[in-house]
Amino acid sequence: MTVSVIQLALPTSKQILTTLEVGQELRLSGDIYTMRDAGHIRCLDLLEQAGQLPFNLAGQALFYAGPTPALASQPFGAIGPTTAARMDVAAVRLYRAGIQATLGKGRRSAAVEQACRECLSVYLVTVGGAAALLARHVVSSELVAWPDLGSEALYRLKLQDFPAWVAIDTTGRQL
Amino acid sequence: MEETLHIPALDSANLAQVVAQALTRISSEMRPDVLAALQVALEKESQPRARQVLGMLIENAELAAAKRLPLCQDTGSVWVLLELGRSVNSGRPLAAPSDLFSQVDSTIRWVWREHRLRASLLEDALLDRTNSRDNTPAFTEISLKPEMLGARLTVMLKGGGSDNASMLAMLTPGEGWLAIHQLVINHVLSKAANACPPLVIGVGVGTTFDKVAGLAKQAMLRPIGAANPDARLAQMEQTLMAEINSSGIGPGGLGGETTALAVSIKTAPCHIASLPVAICLGCVATRAVSFQLTGEWM
Repeated sequence: MTVSVIQLALPTSKQILTTLEVGQELRLSGDIYTMRDAGHIRCLDLLEQAGQLPFNLAGQALFYAGPTPALASQPFGAIGPTTAARMDVAAVRLYRAGIQATLGKGRRSAAVEQACRECLSVYLVTVGGAAALLARHVVSSELVAWPDLGSEALYRLKLQDFPAWVAIDTTGRQL
Repeated sequence: MEETLHIPALDSANLAQVVAQALTRISSEMRPDVLAALQVALEKESQPRARQVLGMLIENAELAAAKRLPLCQDTGSVWVLLELGRSVNSGRPLAAPSDLFSQVDSTIRWVWREHRLRASLLEDALLDRTNSRDNTPAFTEISLKPEMLGARLTVMLKGGGSDNASMLAMLTPGEGWLAIHQLVINHVLSKAANACPPLVIGVGVGTTFDKVAGLAKQAMLRPIGAANPDARLAQMEQTLMAEINSSGIGPGGLGGETTALAVSIKTAPCHIASLPVAICLGCVATRAVSFQLTGEWM
């Protein structure tokens, strides 16, 4: 068995996403947007009104995360994945509207597997309970929208060698 | 994780100070027994990915403690439990300070600002899901323990993901041990990956519908490695542990032999018709500390 770590630059292309296989270890670099429970409700409203994703999110990746505030000259003191299954209710619509990849923790529904196959998108996981360590792989953050949501606001992050694993690949296989 | 702590008086100012100390510590320091159990698990694990994840969890714990960073981005809801026994001097029940709840909430406001923790509480679960901005209110309880001497204060930070993965069932008494066994296994195997494994699992059996969840939460406080004083429960805990760890869910849900670090069962009296069972899943960042309080006031 060869254990190789794949460097994945975000945003990426469907062509590259289709080369990923469930279980593969990744290092993510580039842009990802934080969105969790309250943000999903707003995002779906805006998607419904405009017929397209807000804030140029089409083609981007979402990180299901609500970080702690900035600390010790880092964008966040701690950041880590929240449970992806809670976002399942919105995920199919968001993948269809152009979200390329999502990053969270835990297992997802059959509907999300199907959406990944249909849209050639992926679901990635990272380790919960390692948030001080993961914060070291976030080099910067920028508030995009919804500051009233506090830690649930929409941030654009720049990742550097952020550890993750493929949990649903573009064939819909789940880890 | 019980420690002895001297306080000059059993009043709200002193208790709030203990709460502040506890929150400051547990938000960035892993429970020592959990960290030790992770290190033992790392020695035993044979799967490379599981070893890698355990290594990350240990490195995270060391980094958070050294740099005073939050152990997890979900810095939790605060649960404070003040248990009041009898005075050593007079034998009479110790009295609770009347403003304890408001003092604890003030302390939380200060700690969250000072340590830049995440405000994770909403004004109302259904009617107003606006962030309260300062992580208040705490869920504070006072419990009278006439069988105990002195006072004990417990502080826990509970993450939302692992709390969501907890559950409660009112089983049929005739089904007994077997039904409890099946419930725990089925539940843990379906929810473990969402709750940030390796898990610290508390099981409460008995009391009433509203109290059994608290029993499960208290079961989680038993230090890992301390045997259940009842041999039958100790046996059941071992059986459950072995079965959970043979599931292959593993650290981070990424596969491996370490899905649970501990299963602790706590039982209590109950109604003739009932068998209440609660399962509280604690994530790898299970954060709690208990202080046995001492002083002249005792």
